[in-house]
Amino acid sequence: MFEKLFSGLRSVLTFLGRGLIDRLWRLGFAARFFLALLLHSGTALRRPQLTLREVYFSGVLSLIIISVSGLFVGMVLGLQGYDTLQRYGSSEALGILVALSLVRELGPVVAGLLFASRAGSAITAEIGLMKATEQISAMEMMAVNPIARVMAPRFWGGVISMPLLAALFSALGVCGGWLVGVVLIGVDDGAFWGQMQATVDFRQDIVNGVIKSVVFGVAVSLIAVFEGFDAPPTAEGVSRATTRTVVTSSLAILALDFVLTAFMFRGI
Amino acid sequence: MRASLHLKGVKNADFDLQRVGHRLTRPTGTSLSFAVMMSCCLVESRLYTLAYDFAVDAQPLVSIDNVSFAYDRRVILKGVSLSIPRGRLVAIMGASGCGKTTLLRLIGAQIMPSQGEVRIDGAATHTLDQDGIFALRRRMGLLFQFGALFTDMSVFDNVAFQIREHTDLPESMVRDLVMLKLQAVGLRGAQDLMPGELSGGMARRVALARAIALDPVLMMYDEPFTGLDPLSLGVIGQLIRKLNDALGGSSIIVTHDVQESLQLVDYVYFVSDGRIVAQGTPDEIRASNDPWVHQFIWAQTDGPVPFHYPARPMRDVMLRSARRV
Amino acid sequence: MNRTIIDLWVGVFVAIGLASLVFLALKVGNLSSSNHGETYTLQARFDNIGGLKVRAPVKSAGVVVGRVRAIEFDPERYVAVVRMDIDQRYPFPKDTIATILTSGLLGEQYVGMKVGGDVDMLKNGDTIKQSQSAVVLEDLIGQFLFSKAAEGTEKK
Repeated sequence: MFEKLFSGLRSVLTFLGRGLIDRLWRLGFAARFFLALLLHSGTALRRPQLTLREVYFSGVLSLIIISVSGLFVGMVLGLQGYDTLQRYGSSEALGILVALSLVRELGPVVAGLLFASRAGSAITAEIGLMKATEQISAMEMMAVNPIARVMAPRFWGGVISMPLLAALFSALGVCGGWLVGVVLIGVDDGAFWGQMQATVDFRQDIVNGVIKSVVFGVAVSLIAVFEGFDAPPTAEGVSRATTRTVVTSSLAILALDFVLTAFMFRGI
Repeated sequence: MRASLHLKGVKNADFDLQRVGHRLTRPTGTSLSFAVMMSCCLVESRLYTLAYDFAVDAQPLVSIDNVSFAYDRRVILKGVSLSIPRGRLVAIMGASGCGKTTLLRLIGAQIMPSQGEVRIDGAATHTLDQDGIFALRRRMGLLFQFGALFTDMSVFDNVAFQIREHTDLPESMVRDLVMLKLQAVGLRGAQDLMPGELSGGMARRVALARAIALDPVLMMYDEPFTGLDPLSLGVIGQLIRKLNDALGGSSIIVTHDVQESLQLVDYVYFVSDGRIVAQGTPDEIRASNDPWVHQFIWAQTDGPVPFHYPARPMRDVMLRSARRV
Repeated sequence: MNRTIIDLWVGVFVAIGLASLVFLALKVGNLSSSNHGETYTLQARFDNIGGLKVRAPVKSAGVVVGRVRAIEFDPERYVAVVRMDIDQRYPFPKDTIATILTSGLLGEQYVGMKVGGDVDMLKNGDTIKQSQSAVVLEDLIGQFLFSKAAEGTEKK
């Protein structure tokens, strides 16, 4: 009886151990890939046409989902915020609530999550399929480095798109909050904007929000490109890689958000 | 015999290209001078090949010397040696999974041998750094089994890919070059189609045009005849032969299509179980008594390469299940 | 390089993104009102700063003239030292009184500057001589109760 227990325990430990070592290995490989990506970014910058194309595919095509989500998130914030604030007679602080929540947290984070699921998964699927149909191999055989030609432009396209999308999300969210709070519910328009402008600081809040979105952009783009590059060249492999991109990016965004927030907003 | 083969080569050499040069001549200076330049290059390469072959067996273009390769403890190649002189069209044949594609990847320097040397035009691949490998690959072309065209670009852009990446030629010259290559494979009219709109045979021909864009001195074909209808088979076969003679270099076909290849090539290597089991000219192969070659040529189900995957005898398995009952 | 329709859309996208950023900076944030212009530093000491925080506004006659830069504790005199950045355009005389006031009844606290009539102006780094600390609610209640108790005993 003990034997069975012992062997069962041992197999669990082996499984965990191997899983851990596999993850560490992948992490190291990913770090090396990131360095290679940065080193080979010269082509992506010298041929802006390539990068612009990727900005189109990850940024422009995400405009609709980001805009609509931003608007709705702002409207919900307006509704919920009013409901709670008016209980303490502070319904004039609605502007502050909506603006600070969006600019500091919701803008970068939610836009990042949406970007990861729309653009990140698309990038992974595209690169994975290129690998499965031997296009990457063909490129290597034609003496063109696929990291420079295929991966780096997609990475920089994502990094450039992310902050712009986050800014758009926050801006539309504030407008959504205004729509619900001032136009629909009747909070004072002057108080809404005035208190907001007095409290939201450009350097503390907005710039920090932009920094966050840039960091998230780097994380999501890196994970998306890496998972595509590392995907096994089969249909199942590509689909699993796509799922992994979305999950890992989302977790990375939330973890980085905590770290950055602790760093930036400590002491306020 | 070799001299006559080469003179024959001169007569037939790629007159698609020269004819096309005339047809495409536009009243622009660039085009005309370009056509003249191309013809000069071709004549020059022809003279070069003649000179080369008259010299006594000068350096072979590809030389694989006692190479072994193992992947994750599974040995794929054991002590393989072969050499391919310039101007030859060589076939490497064998059953699926015997290491043919691995040989191509070794020649293309995508993988390094665990033992032995792979030399391309004298340079050993394992001594080259990344830049050296890229310089080597610029002189080679590889046709993938299913074409591997870039699906996000049109046919024109696919063929123009190598030219645009590796040279600084102006767009008008790039256009001319692409047209010439597409004309050589007979698909000039398909230049604006996307790869998704092409049939299998057409896709492979476009991939061929792409591979020869920079006139490589070594062309490699990975299973070029697989899955094609008889018409396309004939077309591809003819293209491979004509291109080999026109480019003045060597070509390697990896295939298991016996009938097509024996009609086409100058020399054959048979690979089985990671070793070279037979080699010779097509006539020698047809006349061979070797049981392995015999099984392969006449497509017999059983012989030196067994039908059954190694397993325990059927009798034991049946008895075992009977005992349990 | 030929122009494609993609360039147009990317241009539109980048323009929208930058416009959002500008909107956030101007309409949502305080970029237009905060001048990264010149400021000079003044100090004031308080017995109790109450709920004053860094970045709280410094107002005079109700108009924001500066921001609180830092709040420190003076271990020698056991008082709070508040450092403020005041806009260069607004010099204050030497007999200004700095008070900690509350905006509204339970709102956030700010520093109010009440001007005297002195001809000499405060210079960069000067300390405001007179200050009034924040009103602490507990003390106020204590005072009220005490005065009520005193009234009671008087009546007797």
